[in-house]
Amino acid sequence: MHNKTIAQLSAALHAKEISSEELTQDYLDRIEKFNPSVNAYVTVTAEQALASARAADKYIQAGSAGPLTGIPLAHKDIFCTNGVKTTCGSKMLDNFIAPYDATVVTKMTDAGIVMLGKTNMDEFAMGSSNETSFYGPVKNPWALEAVPGGSSGGSAAVVAARLAPGSTGTDTGGSIRQPAALCGITGLKPTYGSVSRYGMIAFASSLDQAGPMARTAEDCAMLLQSMVGFDEKDSTSVDRAAPSYTVDLDKPLDGLRIGLPKEHFEEGLDPQVAKVVEAAIDEYKKLGAEIVDISLPNTSLSVPAYYVVAPAECSSNLSRFDGVRFGYRCENPKNLEDLYKRSRGEGFGPEVKRRILIGAYALSAGYYDAYYLKAQRSRQLISNDFKAAFENVDVIMGPTAPHTAFNLGEKADDPVSMYLSDIYTIAVNLAGLPGMSVPAGFVNNRPVGLQIIGNYFDEARLLNVAHKFQQVTDWHDQAPEEFK
Amino acid sequence: MQWEVVIGLEIHAQLATKTKIFSGASTAYGAEPNTQACAVSLGLPGVLPVLNKEALRMAVKFGLANDCEITRHSVFARKNYFYPDLPKGYQISQMDLPIVGKGHLEIDLGNGGTKKIGITRAHLEEDAGKSLHEDFHGSTGIDLNRAGTPLLEIVSEPDMSSAKEAVAYMRKIHALVQYLEICDGNMQEGSFRCDANVSIRPKGQQELGTRTELKNINSFRFVERAINIEIERQIDVIEGGGNVVQETRLFDPEKDETRSMRSKEEAFDYRYFPDPDLLPVVIDDEYIDAIRATLPELPDAKKARLIAEFALSNDDANALTSDKKLAEFFEATVAASGGEGKLSSNWTLVELLGALNKEGKTIADSPVTPAMLGGMIKRIKDNTISGKIAKTVFQAMWAGEGDADTVIDKKGLKQVTDTGAIEKLIDEVIANNQAQVEQYRGGNEKVFGFFVGQVMKASQGKANPGQVNQMLKAKLQG
Repeated sequence: MHNKTIAQLSAALHAKEISSEELTQDYLDRIEKFNPSVNAYVTVTAEQALASARAADKYIQAGSAGPLTGIPLAHKDIFCTNGVKTTCGSKMLDNFIAPYDATVVTKMTDAGIVMLGKTNMDEFAMGSSNETSFYGPVKNPWALEAVPGGSSGGSAAVVAARLAPGSTGTDTGGSIRQPAALCGITGLKPTYGSVSRYGMIAFASSLDQAGPMARTAEDCAMLLQSMVGFDEKDSTSVDRAAPSYTVDLDKPLDGLRIGLPKEHFEEGLDPQVAKVVEAAIDEYKKLGAEIVDISLPNTSLSVPAYYVVAPAECSSNLSRFDGVRFGYRCENPKNLEDLYKRSRGEGFGPEVKRRILIGAYALSAGYYDAYYLKAQRSRQLISNDFKAAFENVDVIMGPTAPHTAFNLGEKADDPVSMYLSDIYTIAVNLAGLPGMSVPAGFVNNRPVGLQIIGNYFDEARLLNVAHKFQQVTDWHDQAPEEFK
Repeated sequence: MQWEVVIGLEIHAQLATKTKIFSGASTAYGAEPNTQACAVSLGLPGVLPVLNKEALRMAVKFGLANDCEITRHSVFARKNYFYPDLPKGYQISQMDLPIVGKGHLEIDLGNGGTKKIGITRAHLEEDAGKSLHEDFHGSTGIDLNRAGTPLLEIVSEPDMSSAKEAVAYMRKIHALVQYLEICDGNMQEGSFRCDANVSIRPKGQQELGTRTELKNINSFRFVERAINIEIERQIDVIEGGGNVVQETRLFDPEKDETRSMRSKEEAFDYRYFPDPDLLPVVIDDEYIDAIRATLPELPDAKKARLIAEFALSNDDANALTSDKKLAEFFEATVAASGGEGKLSSNWTLVELLGALNKEGKTIADSPVTPAMLGGMIKRIKDNTISGKIAKTVFQAMWAGEGDADTVIDKKGLKQVTDTGAIEKLIDEVIANNQAQVEQYRGGNEKVFGFFVGQVMKASQGKANPGQVNQMLKAKLQG
């Protein structure tokens, strides 16, 4: 059962070939057996999961079930879950039991999903390797000595290791797409504003966006359908009717114009990864697509702009973790200043501190114009690049990451090299566009992801483009040997 | 050396919305600590702000009432600083693009003249919670009920040149926000408070002196006192050869002094930046026009109308329009009196306000209603009672003995206007006071007052004074 996709499981549940309770128990058993080796779950909600599964079974029996009723799922531990520990991968929130559900959680619960647990992640979503988690790194199911990517590393690993058929992730600079690529699964970051951010612990508010992670594009379409929609609790949520993401999955790709930005194939890209991506592009040619060489001339601005904007916002977003009302509080504070300094000093890890410092510096008097304003202007230039490109192409493709999964510890002492891991994904967040990563092959048994970038609100097309590829390839069906 | 004083005020008016500026929690004052602190007020991880449209509407209303520019594209910004009663570690405020831009209003200088005071801007922001330092055994308690309450911060130009002008400006804004029904103006509860920027410079000098900021002064009396003390302090410092230091100072009404809170060097760097959780507020002409259509008659217009309609003096019209509730009381009294503006004004400003002040009551809890006061004025006008007897009637009404007609009837205060009855009284007085009659007829006209007094006394005050005068004069001249 654990090798089936969500679409297949949904059919099996509706055909009553299996009950949600059996399915859930099957996954709980696998989690118990395999999670210690991948460290992908930080919390497993077994009892709650079985209770939800039994409730789902009643709906299925009554014939009032939806496509996701009874489907087990893992939530990234960045989403607040009522009555369940919500840590954001940080010591700061090790004791935090959220008193409410994030909108994404509510919507997916309403759609009938069964939450198996909460997945490990880089602390406050800051990282590209999952090594910054207070709960220790997640291991890549394809190579346990390698990182799964980040920050949604746990969410990617549980799908790759068959410890959940799907999961939720969040993507601020590549945090869904990069781990999806490194773990050989499919992940989608929707257009900014499509999915409510309410209850999702903020890293960088103008960039954060939640999205689905699963084995296939079809599964991502089903999950995304349950996640999107206007939320009056999120002022940046877009009031726009969502289309059906599944209806056009099989639409032929004849005449599809695919843009290949030269900047995504230049120096820094592992030549073997490049080869895999080029082979994937060839598949698209066979499917009838037309390839157009394009340029995104301001690509080089994206990493510097991102590492001003994201830290600036995070320096402010993380101020609420002060030891006063919730979360970690230092022992015996001498006075207010001591309470702040030690609670934050002891509660946050080094990467989080680094970004708070960078952000506070960039916003400080006298530096604001040189850093924050300049970064915002760069952001506009990056958006304009995409806008111009989408006048001539329907989607943009390239590698998701410049390399396959690197080994644990390999980049831990070199933050800049780590930051460059997101060089192809970051611009998409800065522009607010939707982007996907689709399994496209392997280099030395480590997965390679193909990134597909779409125009605003063009998720249905992205999913169609990814699905057609998955109809003619089987990279997404591969499972790591140990977790088959 | 002649010194010139330069004052600018920052007024914080708490907007009278039912719910907070960025959440649905109640803003009602006086609830048990933290019972009105929702997830957003607490700044829980993951929560997001959503602008209360009512707060926006009130801010625009204020702007329109003062001929201010209304910003079509305004932006909320985060003001970052750590404090235990600031749950998110930042306050959502406005920096570069406030909702209300430049405007102005006029203050009355009390000598017949007026002065135009510029408004620099007015912006929306959220209030912080309260730190409670007592009753927590050496710890500090935090009450977040107030956190997220909407404030309109109204910043003036440095156009005031005395504490008196500053108070006049503050009173004007205070009256205005109540006319507009955007703030209850309750200073005890902190709904209306003010910071003052004060500096001095040698008379005639263009360049401004170094200013100090006086924090959180929450009564008109304290504003005047704090500014005057600060002016004296600054003069002493400069005339003693020193320099005024740019700093924030706190007024201590008990010690009657201002003292330093923090210097410019210690000032926070608030690291303002646009709040990414809130979209820019974009408004159009249609929205503005719809709000403009809801503007009530404002104090200046009302004052002009009262003067024109009832021939009131400038001072009386000022006093009546300085408080919306008082103005409403007055106008209702006029209506009940059958249009007696002058008498209504006198009775409202003298007797009614006097009685209220004496008992520490506000106009809202006056036991005498406009209908009662107007009804009484009607009886003065139709000669049922004299102005003097009316005071007795007023006191009885105040004491809860019923309306004017009831009191007049019960106490038998109806004025005697029967010529025969008055003539009889006059004849008796003349007969009993022949000596004074001789004096009067001998040319001592002062004695006339004595006769009026005697007749009135004999009538127990009820004789119509006009008739008494007229008839007495005729009889004495005999």
